Amino acid sequence: MIWLRLMVAGFLLLGAMAVTAQVDVFDFETPEQEQRFRQLSNDFRCPMCQNANLTSSPGGVAADLRREIFRMIQEGMTDQEIEQFMLTRYGDFILYRPRLTVQTILLWFGPIVFFLAGVWITFNIMRRSGGGKRELDTVELSRDEKERIARLMTSGDGDNSPDKS
Amino acid sequence: MKNLKLYIPVAVFAVLAVFMWRGLYQDSRTLPSVLIDRPLPEFELRTLELGDQLATIDTLPQEPFILNIWGSYCLPCLQENPIFMAARERDLVPIVGVNYKDREPAARNWLDINGNPFTLNIIDDTGRYGIDLGVYGAPETFVIDANRVIRFKHIGTINYQIWEDEIMPVVLTLQAETAGTGASAAGNQR
Repeated sequence: MIWLRLMVAGFLLLGAMAVTAQVDVFDFETPEQEQRFRQLSNDFRCPMCQNANLTSSPGGVAADLRREIFRMIQEGMTDQEIEQFMLTRYGDFILYRPRLTVQTILLWFGPIVFFLAGVWITFNIMRRSGGGKRELDTVELSRDEKERIARLMTSGDGDNSPDKS
Repeated sequence: MKNLKLYIPVAVFAVLAVFMWRGLYQDSRTLPSVLIDRPLPEFELRTLELGDQLATIDTLPQEPFILNIWGSYCLPCLQENPIFMAARERDLVPIVGVNYKDREPAARNWLDINGNPFTLNIIDDTGRYGIDLGVYGAPETFVIDANRVIRFKHIGTINYQIWEDEIMPVVLTLQAETAGTGASAAGNQR
């Protein structure tokens, strides 16, 4: 049991190490600037490592871009201006949250469309397979037929079954 | 109508297959450059060749040229070097180097040992100019036209095949363009 706890603690430590891997020493004038820096570094993707944002990426260019973000914040640029700076150099790729354009409409709304399609299909299947409310295609039997059924049920042997006659 | 419904799974499969088939041949590691057909960013940087004189965009060749991002630490750059050396020997096209995030002595040493195919080496030790070029690591290679507009970019190592099939056709087209429009002014046909 103690081993299990140690292992869990170890894994937690590993996670903590990964999160705090990149430590830059920047002197921010205000906590608000630091907050913006963290937010921006989290929102941009590292162009080199691709599956990491600028905050968690150890790549050389990520460090350079963090430095640029710091510089631009110091120079008083807005978040939009900083985003534009990144976009003109690295394109949409740098954004972890893609912009809504004609090309990304499918990306944004595709899941909703698929979800609605799934709901529709499920609803249809449920309706067709009954669920209590479904009306059966009933056929009204004639008097003769009813009598024949009764006969068949009691005798167990039809008087005009095709294989016997 | 009922028969049409039977084909829905087939249609879904076909659409998925097309997307996935395309995905197979898409290299997700190289980003498309947004800088194609945009002017080469301005700069004012030292070079390995010009001493204290800073190079600007006007220092660059007045004809189509290749801009190669390299560093002495970069192994693929070593692989590319013979191709550039051959191009320089045959005087195919000027090649300008951007010595990216390197140290000057190491860069000079590298050029002494491996040969220097570059007409000029811009020193970008901080990587700041690299950011303006959308660079994310050496080697990257641009083809620039006579008007200093970026016309082509290749990310990663250049081998002979890429050189012959992708780089040189662009260079030759641009050289023909330049010869066609500015022959009287330039008059430096090779």
